[in-house]
Amino acid sequence: MNWTEARTNSFNPRELRREFPIFANNPGLVFLDTAASAQKPNAVIDGVADYYRSDYANVHRGVYRLSARSTDRFERARHTVRKFLNAADDSEIVFVRGATEALNLVAHCWGGTFLQAGDQVIISEMEHHSNIVPWQFLRDRIGIELLIAPMDETGGLDMTAFSLLLNPRTKLVSITHVANVTGHVVPVRSVVRMAHACGAKVMLDGCQALPRIPVDVQDLDCDFYVFSGHKLYGPTGIGGLYGKRAILDTMPPWQGGGDMIQTVTFEQSTFQPPPQRFEAGTPDISGAIGLDLALGFIDSIGRDAIYDHEKALTQYATDRLAAVPGVQVVGAGAQSIGVVSFTVDGVHPHDLATVLDNNNVAVRAGHHCAQPLMDRLGLPATARASFGVYSDEADVEALVEAVNAARRIFGML
Amino acid sequence: MDLRDLYQDIILDHARSPRNFRGLPDPSHFAHGHNPLCGDKITVFMKIENDSIETVSFEGRGCAISTASASLMTEILTGKTLAQAEALFAAFHARVTTGEVIDLAAELEDASDRLEPLTGVRTYPARVKCATLAWHTFDAAVKGGVLGSTVKTE
Repeated sequence: MNWTEARTNSFNPRELRREFPIFANNPGLVFLDTAASAQKPNAVIDGVADYYRSDYANVHRGVYRLSARSTDRFERARHTVRKFLNAADDSEIVFVRGATEALNLVAHCWGGTFLQAGDQVIISEMEHHSNIVPWQFLRDRIGIELLIAPMDETGGLDMTAFSLLLNPRTKLVSITHVANVTGHVVPVRSVVRMAHACGAKVMLDGCQALPRIPVDVQDLDCDFYVFSGHKLYGPTGIGGLYGKRAILDTMPPWQGGGDMIQTVTFEQSTFQPPPQRFEAGTPDISGAIGLDLALGFIDSIGRDAIYDHEKALTQYATDRLAAVPGVQVVGAGAQSIGVVSFTVDGVHPHDLATVLDNNNVAVRAGHHCAQPLMDRLGLPATARASFGVYSDEADVEALVEAVNAARRIFGML
Repeated sequence: MDLRDLYQDIILDHARSPRNFRGLPDPSHFAHGHNPLCGDKITVFMKIENDSIETVSFEGRGCAISTASASLMTEILTGKTLAQAEALFAAFHARVTTGEVIDLAAELEDASDRLEPLTGVRTYPARVKCATLAWHTFDAAVKGGVLGSTVKTE
């Protein structure tokens, strides 16, 4: 079966590419690094510029109409994020710089408040550094124990091993929804159910999942969900933290400053309820508006259609790469979405990326900010191709051709 | 860009069959080098007597450029004085980072010429560190002595 036939409510990635000016400005570009950051559609680029041209003023401050209009657009962006995640209330959406800040915020404000020495936090072997280092900080500061749920031999989360780690001292499971190196989809519904059964909270890192998989945080019943806007075709510098309101209510502020206070005297201050409590200072207003437009762009394509597209293209790329002699695809194959990591016998990933770049094929090469995972896989580095709504079969064919060019240079073909 | 400028036959040869690719049991100087960006790791071992490099070898793994650079470095540093070695490092570093050509003493010209194939990295800014990792590690080994030391690029 051809992958295009497999798609249900299909769209044409090649036509959609016209919405992304980066391609017109870089003829021949084969962009396969969307997992690092997605390209931006006109709707976002022009929309942010229009906002600055017509509606810009600071938010939550001015009594004048322009500021009210700007505030309205900013808060409408929050509403759009709420709908996109199907959170219960707008106040459960905190704007942050990105997933990294969201993870640090929860580690600091929730972990720093409610965890004590001997409490356990479980992460997995598949985590990005941003879901490892904040917990190490907390471990070093207050003495929590950090437990690592291992992968199984297919590159997925070892659910049996994970279940054995859970115990009454487990207070939080913080785990990726889709692994950024292998594209493996973690069965997060089961993770949440099992963690909740032993009284632990769950935070999901949705950086790679949210651009590709329809997500309903109420249905998942996770306690926190974090994401970065720039991987969702939105601007850099904006991201979101979803937290259940009852939990956010109990957390102290993140940073101190304007916007997050109710009253300030030199003796003491009182703080706003969530989400403003966690948004000190002038926020990234245009970033939030760009994110709003990006989510609208995604919805206009259709999230089920994007899921089908990413799933089919990932499978196609996995099959095509695996058919090249000497190529090893790292990780989960049928379980994965959006990302294919691979190595080529006789060609170091760094050399491979240089040859691919010379063929106009942009991929990531290296450890993908997941050094513990690379150590576990016994690989110093891999090359990683990742996909977006504008990626298609022809991109994969260009990649395969460039891989063969590298094999030729290094005498492997 | 012609990739053959970067991946010349001499580079590919040294990458495939690196020279002096072994540890030394009793080095007088050694250091670990690490490029965290790409995961390349190298250890440079030396036996230095009376300011002269009697033996130099390396272990580790990395891309073709870093492996070939380390291999070529061990070949040309064997038998050099520390002052000559540091002069070669300075000239090579300048050549691949800024493009500046530093005149070397006549007796070092042959050694310097042997590094010429590596200067192709100059047009690939992301790869310059691959070519200099072994040299930075050598430099750290000279300074770290028998206690060893670690140098990181990036």
